[in-house]
Amino acid sequence: MYKYIINRILLMIPTLLGAAVLVFFVLRLVPGDVCEIRLAGTGLFADPEAIKICQDDLGLNDPTYVQFGRFISGYFTFDLGKSMWTGRAVSEEIGLRFQLSLQIAIMATIISVIIAVPLGTISAVKQDTWIDYAVRTFSIAGIAMPSFWLGMLMILGMLIYTGWMPPLDYVSPFEDPIGNMTQLIWPALATGYRYSAVITRMTRSSLLEVLREDYVRTARAKGLLEKVIVNQHALKNALLPVVTIVGIEFAFLIGGLVVTEQVFNLNGLGKLFVDSVLNLDFNMTQQLVMLVALIFVLANLVVDVLYAWLDPRIRYA
Amino acid sequence: MTVTTENLGSPDIEALPERDSLIVRCWNLVRRQPLGAAGLLFIAIMTVMAFGAEVLTSINPEEQMFEHMLEAPSWEFLLGTDNFGRDIWTRIIYGARTAMLVGFFAAFFGSVIGLMLGVGSAYFGGKIDLIFQRVMDIFLAFPSIIMALAVVSVLGTGLQNVIIAIMLPMIPQCARVVRSSALSIREIPYVDAARALGYSHGRIILRHMSPNVMAPFLIMFTSFVGQAILAEASLSYLGLGVQEPIPAWGLMLQGGAEEYAESAPWAAVFPGLAITFAVFAFNLFGDAVRDVLDPKLRSR
Amino acid sequence: MKRIMARAATLGVGLAVGAGFAVGALAATPKKGGVLEFVVASKIPSYDGHQESTFGMIHPIRPFYSLLIRINPENPSSATDFVCDLCVGDVPKGTDGGTKFTFKIKQGVKFHDGTPLTSADVKATYDKIVFPPQGVPSTRKAFYSMIDSVTAPDADTVVFKLKFPSGAFIPALASPFNFVYSKKDLDEKGYSWHKTNVNGTGAYTFKQHQPGAFVEGTRNPDYHHEGKPYLDGYKAISAPKMAVRIQAIRGDRAAIEFRGFPPKARDDLKKALGDDLTVQQGDWNCASTFVFNNERKPFDDVRVRRALTMAIDRWTGAKYLSKIAIVKSVGGIVYPGSPLAATEEELTKISGFGKDIEASRAEAKRLLKEAGVENLTFDLHNRAVDQPYKLVGTWLIDQWRRIGVKVTQKAVSTGQWYDVYRKSKDYDVGVFANCQSVINPLADVSGWLCSASNNYTYCKDEELEETFKAMNKEPDPAKQRVLMRKFENRAMHEKVYGAMVLWWYKINPHRSYVKGWKIAPSHYLNQHLDNVWLDK
Repeated sequence: MYKYIINRILLMIPTLLGAAVLVFFVLRLVPGDVCEIRLAGTGLFADPEAIKICQDDLGLNDPTYVQFGRFISGYFTFDLGKSMWTGRAVSEEIGLRFQLSLQIAIMATIISVIIAVPLGTISAVKQDTWIDYAVRTFSIAGIAMPSFWLGMLMILGMLIYTGWMPPLDYVSPFEDPIGNMTQLIWPALATGYRYSAVITRMTRSSLLEVLREDYVRTARAKGLLEKVIVNQHALKNALLPVVTIVGIEFAFLIGGLVVTEQVFNLNGLGKLFVDSVLNLDFNMTQQLVMLVALIFVLANLVVDVLYAWLDPRIRYA
Repeated sequence: MTVTTENLGSPDIEALPERDSLIVRCWNLVRRQPLGAAGLLFIAIMTVMAFGAEVLTSINPEEQMFEHMLEAPSWEFLLGTDNFGRDIWTRIIYGARTAMLVGFFAAFFGSVIGLMLGVGSAYFGGKIDLIFQRVMDIFLAFPSIIMALAVVSVLGTGLQNVIIAIMLPMIPQCARVVRSSALSIREIPYVDAARALGYSHGRIILRHMSPNVMAPFLIMFTSFVGQAILAEASLSYLGLGVQEPIPAWGLMLQGGAEEYAESAPWAAVFPGLAITFAVFAFNLFGDAVRDVLDPKLRSR
Repeated sequence: MKRIMARAATLGVGLAVGAGFAVGALAATPKKGGVLEFVVASKIPSYDGHQESTFGMIHPIRPFYSLLIRINPENPSSATDFVCDLCVGDVPKGTDGGTKFTFKIKQGVKFHDGTPLTSADVKATYDKIVFPPQGVPSTRKAFYSMIDSVTAPDADTVVFKLKFPSGAFIPALASPFNFVYSKKDLDEKGYSWHKTNVNGTGAYTFKQHQPGAFVEGTRNPDYHHEGKPYLDGYKAISAPKMAVRIQAIRGDRAAIEFRGFPPKARDDLKKALGDDLTVQQGDWNCASTFVFNNERKPFDDVRVRRALTMAIDRWTGAKYLSKIAIVKSVGGIVYPGSPLAATEEELTKISGFGKDIEASRAEAKRLLKEAGVENLTFDLHNRAVDQPYKLVGTWLIDQWRRIGVKVTQKAVSTGQWYDVYRKSKDYDVGVFANCQSVINPLADVSGWLCSASNNYTYCKDEELEETFKAMNKEPDPAKQRVLMRKFENRAMHEKVYGAMVLWWYKINPHRSYVKGWKIAPSHYLNQHLDNVWLDK
């Protein structure tokens, strides 16, 4: 088991290194640079000298391998560099947004699990009845509806019917829990509904599989109530793959809410990513992508380890 | 979720009596997979819209009729007009064409390239497989929207680049699933037999192994179409997808539609509904395909 | 030169307050207190005004600083009405034949850190802007080419000596980007310190900045304008999406937005909010244009360029496009309302400005045929920003469609948009905008010169250069006007290197409780917020 975990951690290194190389060189293919965007505001008049100074300052005129070396060595000196747009430390800028993104990811995950597990269970138990179809329709609708559109309709509905809209800026839940909730519950609902669809489907199919296993048949043969069979025997075993998908979706939620954050004007990692890509802020984009990749790789690791630990049938060499 | 391959060549489909008329076969489908049939129906409607756009509406989707800016739905303009005075019904119909183009091309290339790579990796095995897996891991570590945005910022916007941006993240997803199925096929003696006969690698991969992983491939493909349509909508909504004046659903939701939604809700509602129905249909259909091809989920 | 400026004093024409909309009441006595919340579309790069050039920095940061002179906050629509901010008395008239300007600096002004302001700070500021040391960027350095030296003979006097008299000097001095810094900060903390730190003499002191979210300022009790500011503070909330900004006003999450809304949004808001909403609007010193890549076939052929501008129905566009985009006035290369601007009669003689669009389009088709490019197709290079770039682009494409030209829009992010113009030159026709702050037509039209660093048509035209030089040296306003017509005709009619589309129109609907703020013809101007108050 330990050997397995260590092996898995070691495997993360080439993945992350590859991601670093990929993101670094892809960004260097993007035409234009941050200095032009910053300095060419009024009537696109840009003082070439000012642009040159700005580029020198940011190290954009250094040879690519020097820039790459700086990027990688930053990980060993714990210096993630500065945002090319604001000049602030990348770690500081990301830290600010991380709290918000993490909170939404947690809330959306909770909401999606609350919706999905009961629905998935009902759907599996009542397979091929109208209840099953209704549940599946509801959950597929969640996947089908663009969550930015759902969010848009939510805000507009509130504005038109109540004249009220969620606050535009973030307060920490520890300072003002109510203010925090009134802002974040809406995007969490919009994304939570969407992600519930994936989990519902997984719960359903996994439960269907388990319900066909021998021990469930035995339980049935013993004359146990279907309810007891499902709740006490089958569900517990069926939830394993569900845990996997919840974990992985959670990791994606932290960095993947790019569009939803736009609709709700949330100052999260997704918006920071879009901004830094549009500003050609290479430092910020690189570190953000690496962060998202790291979270995802870690989530995968945790899920795999949990899986191996929970299910004694799985043994890894 | 891994897909097993033992039960290929679905007995359900083979069991259908060949002489049954089309109607009977359709009815069987509706009975067995009512949701899938509904999905198929929607897809059919969408296809008709995409191909028959010129017949279904006589208005040019790019025609700006300034006297009719942001008009409510009426007999003249079934779903109202947008901020440029363009007919929304017409743009939704033509938008189906854009959606199908993006959906099919992205899904097709994404899954086919994924199929080749996945099967190839499983076939060659050893070091190649190991390296390949690591490379796929790298690509899988980014959310698709982040990858798509990166691609668009390198290549620029426009229909073709959007298709590429959406397709790229699909390749490793498909390759991974296909590879795990292909691994089991590789063990089947006939691959060895083919190799003993001196067939080339390409031939074995294409002719002998690929057909046997059709089940996971088709499942991936159908789910990709819906994903691609959604991804296109997201990119367009960010202003980095398909560009005006090409009629595209995501684009129709962006800008004016959202800004003036209070007084002209039709501009914000109908294109969103179109996206929802389209993705919904492909997902329902995809689920049905999965049910048919993946025997583990078949009813008791 | 000065006489032109005097002539131009009648220029406050461009500003109109829409009928039916109440004007921010000035008669009432200002109330003290309250926090003004407003939304800002763009992002803050750094806090250094001398270096940055976006309103995304001006709106949240400008209130922390004072300028030497500023446009009159009570009459911001005027192009010539400048008043002292950190100086005393009237804005000085030039002596020594208009080459020497002596400013008396206000006494008792304190920076936020307590350091008293002296003439040395003003000198240090302008030295940084006009004569930056090696390696220190100053974005608008070129605007101050007429300045020979800045001296501070005593603690309350600053003298600007010019190389030659120039009507562009005073407007350039009033640039809202010229934040006055403390010499002590520049000496001790270096020239980069102001990028991430604030120490000014403005109406508000820096409270906090949460990157990507908001900037907060608190009332400066020691502000040098007596009794001001009225507000306890302000909060500038970042909201890059137009829809969010409109919703924010609608849902009262913000009281005002200072860039501009499309007219349709104004009407929707007015309908929903009634008397709770006040609208201020007027001409904007920004114009949408499109430029041709004069080096590329077939756009190197003037017939093709002329045909493409003749296909554009600007007069109808002014009527309809102005409902959904922030553009409105048909005009030539000069800010409409300026005495130097073309009259309607003069304008209609320019290609593409004629009122008979059918005839114009027929001629356009004929020209294309003559040039041998009947089935012309090309890409329109555009910036992926809705207002007004993409809306104008989409509209232009439909206009060209009407003469049988098929155009594909290539909207790219701002960075790529610049890059194509400045480096790769890989475009056919591009949407462009010319945005200026203080109205200064003689300088504002310089972008039409082929030699201008922000002219991306890659044209070469000596005659245009000569006309421009002559115009800037010409002391007689009437003759100057004639030269301006010649310049305009050459650039837009004879050679058609590029073409005007429409001038922008600035619409600022705001909550009626916001008082004291007056709209200026530029979103860079009048943003010190010291006279704003809340009637709650």
